[in-house]
Amino acid sequence: MTSSAAVVRPAAARAPPLDLIAMVAVLAALLVLAQLVPVFDKWPEALVIPVRGWVTDFFAWFAQTAKPVTRAIAWLLAQPLALVEALLYRGIPAWKWPPLPWPAIVLGAALLGHWIGGRPLALLCGLASFYLALFGLWPDAMQTLAIVLVTVPLAAISGLLLGIWATRSRRAERVLNVIFDVMQATPHMAYLGPVVILFGFGQVPAMLATLGFALPPMARCTILGIRTVPRDVIEAGHMAGCTPLQLLWKVELPAAERTLLLGLNQVVMQTLAMAVIASLVGASGLGQKLLFSLQQLQIGKAVEQGVAITLIAIVLDRMTQAFMRRNPQRIAPGTPWVRRHRYLVAFGVLVVVTIAAARMFPALAIYPKELTLSYGGPINDAVRWISRNLFPYVKPIRDSITIWLLLPLRDFYLFLPWPVVIGIPAMIGWHFGGWRLALLPVGLLGFLMLAGFWTPLMLTLYLVTSTTVLCVIIGIPLGIWAARRPLAARIINTVCDTLQTFPSFIYLIPVIMLFQTSDLSNVIAMLAYATVPAIRFTYLGLLRVPQATVEAATAAGATAAQRLRKVELPIAFPEILLGINQTIMMALAMVAITALIGSRDLGQEIYKALPGADTGRGLLAGLGIAFIGIIADRLIGAWAQKRKKELGMG
Amino acid sequence: MTAPAKISCRHLWKIFGPDPQGFLKRHGEAPKDEDFARENYIGAVRDVSFDVYPGEILIIMGLSGSGKSTLIRAITRLNDPTQGQILLDGNDLLKATPAELIDLRRHKMGMVFQHFGLLPHRSVLSNVAFPLEVRGAAREERETRAREMIKLVGLEGREDYFPRELSGGQQQRVGIARSLAVEPDIWFLDEPFSALDPLIRREMQDEFLRLQKLLRKTIVFITHDFDEAIRLGDRIGIMKDGRLVQLATPEDMVSAPADDYVREFTRNAPRDRILTVGAVASREHVPVNGVNVLASAKIGDAAALVLSSDKAIAVIDADGKPVGAIDRKRMIAALYPDGAR
Ligand SMILES: Nc1ncnc2c1ncn2[C@@H]1O[C@H](COP(=O)(O)OP(=O)(O)OP(=O)(O)O)[C@@H](O)[C@H]1O
Ligand SMILES: [Mg+2]
Repeated sequence: MTSSAAVVRPAAARAPPLDLIAMVAVLAALLVLAQLVPVFDKWPEALVIPVRGWVTDFFAWFAQTAKPVTRAIAWLLAQPLALVEALLYRGIPAWKWPPLPWPAIVLGAALLGHWIGGRPLALLCGLASFYLALFGLWPDAMQTLAIVLVTVPLAAISGLLLGIWATRSRRAERVLNVIFDVMQATPHMAYLGPVVILFGFGQVPAMLATLGFALPPMARCTILGIRTVPRDVIEAGHMAGCTPLQLLWKVELPAAERTLLLGLNQVVMQTLAMAVIASLVGASGLGQKLLFSLQQLQIGKAVEQGVAITLIAIVLDRMTQAFMRRNPQRIAPGTPWVRRHRYLVAFGVLVVVTIAAARMFPALAIYPKELTLSYGGPINDAVRWISRNLFPYVKPIRDSITIWLLLPLRDFYLFLPWPVVIGIPAMIGWHFGGWRLALLPVGLLGFLMLAGFWTPLMLTLYLVTSTTVLCVIIGIPLGIWAARRPLAARIINTVCDTLQTFPSFIYLIPVIMLFQTSDLSNVIAMLAYATVPAIRFTYLGLLRVPQATVEAATAAGATAAQRLRKVELPIAFPEILLGINQTIMMALAMVAITALIGSRDLGQEIYKALPGADTGRGLLAGLGIAFIGIIADRLIGAWAQKRKKELGMG
Repeated sequence: MTAPAKISCRHLWKIFGPDPQGFLKRHGEAPKDEDFARENYIGAVRDVSFDVYPGEILIIMGLSGSGKSTLIRAITRLNDPTQGQILLDGNDLLKATPAELIDLRRHKMGMVFQHFGLLPHRSVLSNVAFPLEVRGAAREERETRAREMIKLVGLEGREDYFPRELSGGQQQRVGIARSLAVEPDIWFLDEPFSALDPLIRREMQDEFLRLQKLLRKTIVFITHDFDEAIRLGDRIGIMKDGRLVQLATPEDMVSAPADDYVREFTRNAPRDRILTVGAVASREHVPVNGVNVLASAKIGDAAALVLSSDKAIAVIDADGKPVGAIDRKRMIAALYPDGAR
């Protein structure tokens, strides 16, 4: 292998110019061709295949036919949800049963936090839940939480089962992998269309859409976890005489616990993100309130609600992460039952006491409206102040960037003839991975064009590429800086961690505040959301450069800048590429969200399709975003692989 | 060694590749080394035959990648051999159904792994009790038995610890206790001490010998350390590229290596502690006159006596009958074969 790599390298170093010249020549030829033959410039409207109508019709037919089944499923799912909702905020009015008193939930959350992660987590959990009560968001928050609480176990268990199945059969794994790739690259919102047509509007469809989105990471983590159990451990299980089922339950799953819990963390975060977005299909709760506030430009309220969602996200994230890090604890023999189960006992006591207390003091049963606070007013004032005093300055900047940079770029994308657009990724694919990889963009992009999504596709590409370029320009230097200075690393890591727990909706709030609606707002929202991986992977990639290599370069007399440019960056390059890949994925995920503040891309197509139940339009637009993601992923993956091989790391 | 063999392997093959069975057939069930290289198959175990007798410690040695683990995994059916026969107490192991196999493992076999293979989420007690739990023993019973085993390997007081809280040597003691919990007839150990540092390794070897004196199991023990092999083994088999090159007692191996590969292995062997006087003595008879040495004595123990004597010294067997003689020259040749050449 080493000898072949050595042979390849000089060739590869010489090859690009030749390849490049050939590629440029082909592109030029395509451009000329487009001017001569109109079909090769813009695909004519008349030749669009009405796939979109077919899909819509199919779903309409399917919804009609499957109605008994979908009704049954919806009813089944509604039961546990009703129970949790009754406990959390609704009570059972028919029997005059109140819900759990709010102090029971606030203190219960603190108790849970203490059990999992000690005092700091207890404090975080308690305060975050109290925030929900204090700012009058209790019922909405509990509605959202109910969806999360019911969906998480469902998604976790089904993901686990699928994952187990995949580890038992190579074929199943291959099929599932392809499906999961598409599912994960499809934006949250695109799930809503089919769900609406099948199950209508409301909480249960929201749960189902959530289930679909939260399941793949769990299944993936299960596969990874089971596959990475050390061979000795599995063989020890076999030698102990385990039956296949015993091996699974007693050896493989427990030994893979940490990875499984990582999967659970992902499930929880995805569920919350989706529960918020599902407000678009009428799921009530915090997400819906936030959506209203945003649409009515009530920024103050939006901030209050956004903070609530973020707090819930942070609490759930920290809890599951702390749970993942927990080690089984030694229990001294002879510990009494009460002591071994002290948290359970404490929680029981808490519930009984608060219920009794709530009988006497109604303020403890339902948090009284008079005691709620709001800081929305001052924020609204601030926003008003900003738009009065700052916006006049921001507006010219926004407008000049838009007019001089974004619009020309957009027009350029729209001008490009389709063979050029499809040809570029195809040639890149061919260069890195042969004809198979070249056919992928041809097939996927070609399909979108034939289905009549060319203009939104190009607008999406325009937004995503501009965002990605900006992310790279901002992210890589930050990553380098973090790799140089431990203090910077600590700050940047904390900021990145926090940014990553924000549900994507949240990013719209400050952007709307500052820039109102425009293409620039979209780019900035995407930028804020998607820069994190570019920073992270650059940082990690540089950290992983072998110390010996760096020292050798220093010993050879390289200056710090030379060392960075000639040694560290090239070695970290494959890693950085993966970061850029992630950045593109996140930018794409944000495309659908920015539709809420106005855009004309594929995201907007999804959004517009929702109310009219135009499933074909929404689903295909969602797939369109997924296709861009998949193409980017495969091309970049092949590139990173090739570089790794050349560096002898693959 | 006239007792019937506990384990016999006959013409055992384990081949990795796309179609191992077909590959074997194509080459008349006896592919040559070139065939493997040409068709990119890996012959991890090639035509290996040997017997292990009850109560014996058989050591399998060889360089990394020579197929030791694959061989032991074939005998335990952790992987299925491509071809050949394995008899366990005369029963064909390869014909065992999955249920029979589980039963065999639950009652007859125990195995210790190089990287311990402990279950990270279980305490020491629960790890040791695991094989009993799997076969359905009641909690009381299995924990009593597990405590006995933990005591046997000298870990009492650590029952409630988790593997991550133990040192490597302690973890391997847990591994040993676990493998013994089901009172297996046959005990497999795949480089059990290789992950330990030399001092601990020595200690664990002593521990192993102590246990074997108590338990008298039939043992297949893998190592790549020749010192360990001669310290522990009754017989040693040396593997090279999947083939069993030589299977012999340490003494036979040192005094008559089958080829250069084996000679290389035995080069640094402590000959004075392996060879017996009987093996290096001449067959001539000298008068037995007060000074003589036992044929079964290690030459290291007789060296001082022989080297300080100008004349040949008589060698006698256990009954005191003279069987040969040894002089200074022979002793030096036996101790330093390279110097003599
Ligand atoms: N599952 C497998 N698939 C393909 N090849 C394998 C597999 N398992 C083992 N091999 C190959 O079989 C050969 C023998 O491996 P084995 O693990 O038995 O060696 P070993 O003697 O135990 O070495 P070590 O001392 O490193 O443990 C090696 O060339 C190895 O690469
Ligand atoms: Mg091995």
